[in-house]
Amino acid sequence: MASKGIKDRVAIVGMGCTKFGEHWDKGAEDLLVDAAYQAYESAGIGPDDVDAYWLGTMGSGISGLTLSEPLKIQYKPVTRVENMCATGSEALRQAAYAVASGAFDVAMAIGVEKLKDSGYSGLVGNVPPNDGTEGSMTAPASFSLLAPAYFKKYGLDPEKGKDVLSRIAWKNHRNGARNPKAQFQKEVSIEAIKNSPKIADPLGIMDCSGVSDGSAAAIVVRAEDAHKYCKNPIYIKALSFVAGPGEGPLSPDYDFTTFNEVVASSVDAYRQAGITNARQQISMAEVHDCFTPTELVLYEDLGFSPRGTAWQDVLEGFFDLEGKLPVNPDGGLKSFGHPIGASGLRMMYEMWLQFRGEAGPRQIKDPKIGLTHNLGGAPGRCVSFVSVVGRNVG
Amino acid sequence: MAGIVAYGSYIPYRRLKRAAIAQVLGVAASKGERAVASFDEDSTSMAVEAVRDALKSAPVGTIATLLFATTTPPYGEKLNATVIGAAARLPSSIRAMDVTGSVRAGLTSFLQGIDAAASSRSQAVVAMADTRLGAPEGKAEQQNGDGAAAFVLGTDHVIAECEASSSLTREFLDTWRAPGEQFAHSWEERFSLTQAYAPLLTKTIQDVLTRAKVSPGDLAKVVIDAPNPRAVEEIIRGLRIEPAKLSDPFALTVGQTGAAHVGLMLASVLPSLKPGERVLVASVADGADAMVLPATPAIAEFKPLRSVGRMIESKGDVSYGSYLKWREILPTEPPRRPDPDRPAGPPMFRSEQWKFAFVGSKCTNCGTPQLPPQRVCVKCRARDKMEPYPFADRTARIATYAIDRLAFSLNPPTINVVIDFDGGGRFLGEMTDCEPEKVAIGNEVEMTFRRLFTADGVHNYFWKARPKR
Repeated sequence: MASKGIKDRVAIVGMGCTKFGEHWDKGAEDLLVDAAYQAYESAGIGPDDVDAYWLGTMGSGISGLTLSEPLKIQYKPVTRVENMCATGSEALRQAAYAVASGAFDVAMAIGVEKLKDSGYSGLVGNVPPNDGTEGSMTAPASFSLLAPAYFKKYGLDPEKGKDVLSRIAWKNHRNGARNPKAQFQKEVSIEAIKNSPKIADPLGIMDCSGVSDGSAAAIVVRAEDAHKYCKNPIYIKALSFVAGPGEGPLSPDYDFTTFNEVVASSVDAYRQAGITNARQQISMAEVHDCFTPTELVLYEDLGFSPRGTAWQDVLEGFFDLEGKLPVNPDGGLKSFGHPIGASGLRMMYEMWLQFRGEAGPRQIKDPKIGLTHNLGGAPGRCVSFVSVVGRNVG
Repeated sequence: MAGIVAYGSYIPYRRLKRAAIAQVLGVAASKGERAVASFDEDSTSMAVEAVRDALKSAPVGTIATLLFATTTPPYGEKLNATVIGAAARLPSSIRAMDVTGSVRAGLTSFLQGIDAAASSRSQAVVAMADTRLGAPEGKAEQQNGDGAAAFVLGTDHVIAECEASSSLTREFLDTWRAPGEQFAHSWEERFSLTQAYAPLLTKTIQDVLTRAKVSPGDLAKVVIDAPNPRAVEEIIRGLRIEPAKLSDPFALTVGQTGAAHVGLMLASVLPSLKPGERVLVASVADGADAMVLPATPAIAEFKPLRSVGRMIESKGDVSYGSYLKWREILPTEPPRRPDPDRPAGPPMFRSEQWKFAFVGSKCTNCGTPQLPPQRVCVKCRARDKMEPYPFADRTARIATYAIDRLAFSLNPPTINVVIDFDGGGRFLGEMTDCEPEKVAIGNEVEMTFRRLFTADGVHNYFWKARPKR
């Protein structure tokens, strides 16, 4: 009854990604055209070669027309998908399954978000008419709920806890400083991170990912066709997506030191991909570091660190670029900002570069298996996506 | 005979020191402090607090009437009492009324409630609450206060009977405020005192003592709510009532709380009354009203849930700047965030029990309490096996928390808490009346009815946690 998976049946043969940042001179439609044409070119194809499109966007457009009009797509299926911050990953999942089903030979997954035009700080979502009882916690506050709970459970005093969180942000900025497509390309000192103005205690502004505009795209074909398009495709080993029952705010059983949804989707993805020891078998990972405590908890939920020990791995540099399991080698949401619909595909773009040896100063030595993880919602009530991808079949 | 069955009082947590006003405005500092409704409170939410305490402290019978006395109704058109009725889970069969327009509403609504209870042999709930404003630099700003009181009136289980009452009404210009005006105006005090209040008060008290067939010496306590406490002493002396019997008008601790004040003063003296002792209660504003209440033997058994004295003691300061923002006297820069959406009519109507009364559900299959009410159980996933389960009176403990400095608030930071209720059930919401540095996992909290925000003129009432008071 669990997902059967599509291991090695589908490959990514072309990708594109705009620089993420403040694109005051571009609209969502410009970003889509830029990312789509980069992807076409890298696969050596043109718009007429793509049979169907999946567009991920949360608030930058509705319906397939958001994509078909700027790209002048000629009467083909374009599906707009949304799954909060996992929207870009959801677009990829739909495109991959469509190709695996045999319905289409070539599909594009593309995501976009134009956040800076709103004039507001942080994310802005449209809420349906309601009774006014839902509350309106900001995203940093809802993810900061993890920090006191984690610190208390594992006996970290606030000072030590803050050191751990700061080091996660420090690592991601250090990686992002080596990435020309990141919004922020400067290293930031641990002291500066620790002392940044408080947003949601213990989180300072430097514990939060930024707001940016961006777009990223992937072209998906059947694995057996991959070499018609490119020499170094990415093979999809597993795609897992779950929506949780939202028990966090409902049930005292949930302790705010984990994302049950991430555990479920990683277990499912590892089963699909045949991963038995994530800590050892995965070469690198791109995870949803919207806020520093999120990344800390993800290390344990994804099985990279045993429960209660991720903070030690952080301090020991296990997840650094030179560590045993580099996490967010591209700089993560922390360096890129988070244009919702694009982020999941931006993570896959780093796999694309790393597998091909095109990641420049942040190139990881001989990566074979990569993981991307993307979540939307808040601790206790979220959706989670995990992919496992490989450089080779098998 | 109809009388008081139960009562409750409410004084908001925050106090504004009069010296703090003087310091900012460069005027002379007067003594004491005033109670200030928090940024998330109004007369309706304070009335809910007082009514809930009153209902919890005594045997409640059939409630047929709800009266809400205030000069500061949150809605100018739309009944405010309905919010109180819904939050306090009064039956929908009540007749509900707002009594507004004058601080006199406090005692007149009490007397109306007595009449209603006597004639219908059922109970009446009278809520009195005010958030009293005054223009900066004015006397009213310093001397007014915010608070609430509530009485359950009936004919059974009465702790103090309304033996006699008397009212006088005369038209004269004393205090007035046109619709839409923020601050009230008032005529010269000497005129209203010498020409209206002194004679009206004297005559009304004489009348009520005659009707009750009691002499001034028979009174154990005297509650008089009048604009000028010093003048009251003179008037009382003229009536041969000992000023020592006068109850504290809370001039230094709470301030004058408008329509609530007579109720608050009465609630403060009731615990000291012994069976058979009488209290005289009088109030002057746009006329005068008075009543005589002898305590029954039942008063010895009655304990208010939270006494006025305890509410006065339970407090934290507010700066003058915050006070000016809370009362929208000082406009401030809006945040770079969209304005909150106004809650919608149909969803509020559907979720009345949840939104206003904080009633969740309990699974009849596995016994798990949960909130908001669910159709499918979070634990055993049984469908539609739920019964209503009220959480408003339960205490809870903090499971984790967030101090949100980004969210727009008139009182940043916003404190968000995940709380686990004694007996089961979890809630993620806001915490109020609390200093952020004191929030910790494991702290005990209780629920309080508040106004989250107002959008497009719609007041969004809901519940928050607060440290136990």
